[in-house]
Amino acid sequence: MAASQLLKRLLLAIPTLFGVAVIVFVLMRVVPGDPIAMMIGPGATAETAAELRALYGLDRPLLEQFGIWLADAVRGDFGISISAHQDVARLILARLPATLELSLAAIAFAALFGVAFAVTGAYWRGRPPEGAVDAFAALSLAIPDFLWGLIFILVLGVLLPVMPISGRLDPRLDFAAVTQFYVVESLLRGEFRVLGSLLLHLVLPAVALGLPLTAIIARVLKSSLIEALAQDYVLQARVKGFGRWRIILREALRNALIPTVTLTGVQFTFLIGGTVLIERIFGYPGLGNLAITAVIDRDLPLIQGIVITFAVMFIALNILIDMTYALLNPRLRHG
Amino acid sequence: MLEVRELHLALPDRSVRRPFRRAPRVDILRGVSFHLTAGRTLGVVGESGSGKTSLARTVLRLHRPSGGQILLQGRDIAALDEAALRPLRAQIQMIFQNPLSSLNPRHRIGAIVSQPLALLGPAGGARVRGARARRSAAEALLERVGLPSAFVTRYPHELSGGERQRVGIARAIALRPAIVVADEIVSGLDVSTQAQIIALLRALRTDMGLALMFISHDLSVVRALCDEVLVLQDGKVVEQGACAEVFARPRAPYTRRLLEAIPLPEVDPGWIERAGVDDD
Ligand SMILES: Nc1ncnc2c1ncn2[C@@H]1O[C@H](COP(=O)(O)OP(=O)(O)O)[C@@H](O)[C@H]1O
Ligand SMILES: [Mg+2]
Repeated sequence: MAASQLLKRLLLAIPTLFGVAVIVFVLMRVVPGDPIAMMIGPGATAETAAELRALYGLDRPLLEQFGIWLADAVRGDFGISISAHQDVARLILARLPATLELSLAAIAFAALFGVAFAVTGAYWRGRPPEGAVDAFAALSLAIPDFLWGLIFILVLGVLLPVMPISGRLDPRLDFAAVTQFYVVESLLRGEFRVLGSLLLHLVLPAVALGLPLTAIIARVLKSSLIEALAQDYVLQARVKGFGRWRIILREALRNALIPTVTLTGVQFTFLIGGTVLIERIFGYPGLGNLAITAVIDRDLPLIQGIVITFAVMFIALNILIDMTYALLNPRLRHG
Repeated sequence: MLEVRELHLALPDRSVRRPFRRAPRVDILRGVSFHLTAGRTLGVVGESGSGKTSLARTVLRLHRPSGGQILLQGRDIAALDEAALRPLRAQIQMIFQNPLSSLNPRHRIGAIVSQPLALLGPAGGARVRGARARRSAAEALLERVGLPSAFVTRYPHELSGGERQRVGIARAIALRPAIVVADEIVSGLDVSTQAQIIALLRALRTDMGLALMFISHDLSVVRALCDEVLVLQDGKVVEQGACAEVFARPRAPYTRRLLEAIPLPEVDPGWIERAGVDDD
């Protein structure tokens, strides 16, 4: 993607984020539930409640509240969390790396296994391996990610307790982290026991989160591979006497990846959304887990900050997908 | 060089789909015989659907024939499996009808024409190794077919139809085959480009001693290039013989119909030489 196009996409992100902010703001004030009441409990006096309401600016007109929030937000100030009494931006930044590591692990799992299954199915077309790939895809798609999470916990955590099912790191390991990117940091610092424990904790949530995407990649890529294999340039490669693996990997795969990237791009964003439930189920200390707590507490500033963060992630991901697409397709690169 | 005897081909009928059953097979070729000689051209004509492309693909063993023999330099390749075929493939090459779909859109022209040389080497020769050797081999091949050598860095979609077809030809001759099968390779081109491509094929046939199998539904093109001609109808040969003879005195009613159906312009015997003058 050219620099000018990138700039255009970034500028377009501004109205999108504004729209998201408006919708969340309105929504959170329309749904029943009062954050102040949640905070102080039944025993407090009306004066205390009114004071707090004034403190958080909740007594002002809606439009004014939004104006104040927006003016602060563009400066990077998302206010103070009502339930945690901490800076919202701080809270989010502390949790975001965990979610990024989880999502990236899930995407990497899905990409690796999705491509492997697709190639397997295309190579042994019409034979048992293709049937196995189809059956896997159907099963993985029929069961949503959070249900996979519960199944894994039940089977690999309870019935056959071989895997950790909660948290991010074995609490007995003491790891004085500088950043919240634990996996990256432990790797760079050579703390391999910590890294091992982190990865072990990451496996089940990442696989649960990535399975539906794996299935979609396997299915879409397999059919576009089969289509690409019927093209004349593949016949031509056979005429030359190229081997079958070479034909699939070097001639067909790159062409087949283009429709796959287009069709699965949307699924990436579903995956990010899926972190909310998966993190809750696995007690994983990420942004999604924080989001659920924030909603339960009606913590308006925190919810707003988290939603905006997710929106930025979605937009960044979409731009990344389009860039990959341009990279794969020389027509777009030159045209 | 290449002798084909009583070739039969049956493929699964794509129009019939029954669950849990094999699709019934339809006969596509029913006993086709011919032979190709070095330095000469066999034209294959017939209306659309008569089995010309299927014949080409079967001769190249992209399909497995259901009967008959394909003798390549005396050896029957009709029943060989892919692994046994691989070392023989360099000897017989094909140029496809649609140059765009037969060139991988993701590869540069240089890679397309030099890949077979790097992976397999020409018939009876050593593999071309190293990026520079590959590039100069690609440049030489492009010049051979009348394209600027700078095209090595281009992608197929950046070329015109005629240029793409020349790339197809360059790729086909890269392995120095003894036989080249060309399937409707001038169909999508305008008349003057057609003439240039045909002049190029003629030159290559002479220089390399190629045996050429030239498939076309356009009888005027076949007449201009071919020594012998084979007329195909519903997968059967209805007429076969020296080109001039068949065109002058067609015996089969089908051939006569074909000749009548296409309003042949008064063929000026010098048209190809003149149109393709910048080619030799
Ligand atoms: N893969 C295939 N499976 C089944 N039928 C085919 C296949 N390819 C071609 N045919 C059929 O074989 C016949 C001959 O096709 P083709 O060889 O493409 O003819 P032509 O090149 O002379 O137009 C047609 O009736 C076509 O529908
Ligand atoms: Mg055809």
